[in-house]
Amino acid sequence: MDFFIELVVSALLLMGGIFVLLGSIGLLKMPDFYMRLHTPTKATTLGMGAILVACMLLTSYRSGGVSAHELLITIFLFITAPVSAMMLAKTALHLKVKIKKGSRNRDLAETAKHREPPSHAE
Amino acid sequence: MHILFPMPWQSIVLFTVWLLLNESIAPGHLVLAAFLAIGIPQLLRGTQDHPFRIQKPMLAVMYALKVLGDIVSANFEVAVQVLGPSKRLQPGFLAIPLDITGDFPITLLASTISLTPGTVSAEVSSDQKWLYVHALHLVDETASIREIKKRYEQPLKEIFGC
Amino acid sequence: MLMICLIAATAMVIIAMTLNLITMFVGPDQPDRILALDTMYINSIALILLFGLIMGTSLYFEAALLIAMLGFVSTAALCKYLLRGDIIE
Repeated sequence: MDFFIELVVSALLLMGGIFVLLGSIGLLKMPDFYMRLHTPTKATTLGMGAILVACMLLTSYRSGGVSAHELLITIFLFITAPVSAMMLAKTALHLKVKIKKGSRNRDLAETAKHREPPSHAE
Repeated sequence: MHILFPMPWQSIVLFTVWLLLNESIAPGHLVLAAFLAIGIPQLLRGTQDHPFRIQKPMLAVMYALKVLGDIVSANFEVAVQVLGPSKRLQPGFLAIPLDITGDFPITLLASTISLTPGTVSAEVSSDQKWLYVHALHLVDETASIREIKKRYEQPLKEIFGC
Repeated sequence: MLMICLIAATAMVIIAMTLNLITMFVGPDQPDRILALDTMYINSIALILLFGLIMGTSLYFEAALLIAMLGFVSTAALCKYLLRGDIIE
């Protein structure tokens, strides 16, 4: 049992660390803002989830009881990550941030900025 | 009942969060949690403009589990995309026609789309009929739209009955 | 084994934070910088929790919770400021 919990916690910690690192690599590497937005919202959130679950398991195991308050941060992050991503996307649309050449449907960015239906919908 | 709990879901969430924060179910904390769960919604009574109703709670739980599974499995796919050469990616915008109505279901759909890899929701049109989405790697436009509508919008439509 | 994994995870989070810092200086536009800052505070939550695990105490939990909440609010405020030129309307 002892070994089993240690194994699970170690695996979760490594997975969390790798995903958090991946999120930041994507942030540095991607060519335009909208592509950069993808990795921090997903990979980092998943990595944080893994680290927090590992933290919860280890604290519960060490104290011999149930330690569930790390779950609060996890849920909070999973709720706020999409919201802040959407606010950042709105800001980028408003500031007309450069979109990578060769992106498809670049004209949609303009209609999205004004919150209108797409032009082909008429 | 309605006077005591104008927002039943929010009251339940407040009660649980308070107990989780203090990590105890001692009588004192139970009383304080109940006080907060009843008191705070009373103060915020006037601010709730669009109440929502969950028609099928079982389906909601299933939906949450499915989304969690999708987040984990599809993140590995994105890991490959991130580490590979970014020149090969074909990003693009999508406009998804919405069938669901109401602020809360649309928020939930947009959040789900943001959390599942490959897509980030960027904006909702002001008439709430179109959701603008940015996709990291867009191969087939109509197929992506159909996939999102079938996989995430359809269950939400059933859960909230709208 | 557990200690090695804890230290490895901490190292990865620290590298991630350094990359975020670079993005924050390089990032061509304002939203890029806000995004880097947002990612950085999320990573700092991980760093604090991992430090707490290494030290064997759960005293740092409150700090992590506070950073999570204030970080979200600050990101929202910065976005609002860029969107409208005003935070409280």
